Amino acid sequence: MPDLTEGFAAAFRLLFGFDADLWEIIVLSLEVNLAAVVLSCLIGLPLGGALAVYRFRGRKAVIVLVNALMGLPPVVVGLLVYLILSRSGPLGSLNILFTPGAMVIAQAILVTPIVTALTRQIIENLWQDYREQLTSLGSSRRRAIPTLLWDGRTAVLTAVLAGFGRAAAEVGAVIIVGGNIAHHTRTMTTAIALETGRGNLALALGLGIVLVTLAILLNAAAWMVRERSTPEAALVAASR
Amino acid sequence: MVRAIGALFLAAAMTASAPAPAETIRVASTTSTEASGLFDHLLPKFTAATGIRVRVIAVGTGQAIRLARRGDADVLLVHHRPSEEAFVREGYGRRRHPLMHNDFVIVGPAPDPAGIRGSKDAVAALEKIRGARAMFLSRGDDSGTHRRERSLWREAGTAPSERSGWYREIGAGMGRTLNTAAAMPAYTLVDRGTWLSFGNRGPLRLLVEGDRRLRNPYGVIAVSPKKHPHVRAGAARQFIDWLVSEAGQRAIGSFRIGGEVLFHPVARPAGSRAPVQ
Repeated sequence: MPDLTEGFAAAFRLLFGFDADLWEIIVLSLEVNLAAVVLSCLIGLPLGGALAVYRFRGRKAVIVLVNALMGLPPVVVGLLVYLILSRSGPLGSLNILFTPGAMVIAQAILVTPIVTALTRQIIENLWQDYREQLTSLGSSRRRAIPTLLWDGRTAVLTAVLAGFGRAAAEVGAVIIVGGNIAHHTRTMTTAIALETGRGNLALALGLGIVLVTLAILLNAAAWMVRERSTPEAALVAASR
Repeated sequence: MVRAIGALFLAAAMTASAPAPAETIRVASTTSTEASGLFDHLLPKFTAATGIRVRVIAVGTGQAIRLARRGDADVLLVHHRPSEEAFVREGYGRRRHPLMHNDFVIVGPAPDPAGIRGSKDAVAALEKIRGARAMFLSRGDDSGTHRRERSLWREAGTAPSERSGWYREIGAGMGRTLNTAAAMPAYTLVDRGTWLSFGNRGPLRLLVEGDRRLRNPYGVIAVSPKKHPHVRAGAARQFIDWLVSEAGQRAIGSFRIGGEVLFHPVARPAGSRAPVQ
């Protein structure tokens, strides 16, 4: 068994050797993960906001369902998307199976419930606090949603990062709908699975360390954005 | 404005309908060919010769066949002859071309509790493993290797069950099975290509080889456009023609790890010596 030092050595060589294959894999992973998260936000932010401020029959059931879907197993989603996009499936004529597009769809399905459910929770709390203020200002529920989303943006950003973490970490869905094709649909996680299968454990571990490093960098960047945009920071800026 | 958008769409439509300069085909194949690095060795040569790009989806033989049946691949390259022949018989494939072979070997922990080291009889070795109730790890994933293992057990009497305590099914690809067998440790059946290229053998050693029943032939089949009109039949044809040609067979035979040939070419290019198979 390789120990952690070998893994770190492999990670170091990979990152600073500017291995072309590795950079291709990193870029593809980030593209797929980010596209899936953007897609999930386009659906999940308004949907989560709507679930927070509107009252309708069956609302609680919908909330329970969305919360439960946060735990969707990636392999199940991969299988469903595979069956739908397969040539023998209902959307086979699109011919996007085993492409990055199929991976984005599968990951968006995994990430959307996370963004929706967490956003719903955040906005519901804010709605309880600001409801009277907003309605007295003549704001409709519909117009309150973007206001509340903006108001709770630091918490919403955490929800989005949680969604990104899910996308970046999963392998079960992308390996089925992407096929782990070299130079085409191979991501960080599917490459780790492949190298583990080849018994190249140090290399697999090295890739894993690269993946964690990227996640830390991204979260650090998000943290800095948040620091600059907190109400306290705004107050400090205003008092100058 | 509207006209500009219209022109744009027209241009896009024309680009889409123009013959693509670089055609791409999809090959459903097995983990053994991918994990050994054979495709990394072969595909650049083929693409250089024809300009056709090849995308390999490497899964177990059972899953590869299901992918091809559903029309999700243009070419099937696997190693379980009865399933391949059934695939052709049912009209999904045009013809099975023998491509290459290697062999399976039985590997196990170096202390060899069942005492099978050096045996040339795979079935007798399995009987000994059963007799010693030594840990045996099965792929359990309906792959070509798994199907072969089950048929060897049938030859050795009844196939052992999960409840026996010493026979475990893992439901994983070859590499993960070897990783687990190395850690348990346990005996397992593996194709020589994956074994030679595998980097985490731990206590595992090659113990049984050379039985004729361990021969592992690979075949290649183009998916029939009659079942799936969208398949790239022309490019698939070119791929298979190249694989069985003198050049393709030489490329297969020249793939070595540590000086050992991993896959022996078997196809008979026109005018060459008699095939091995």
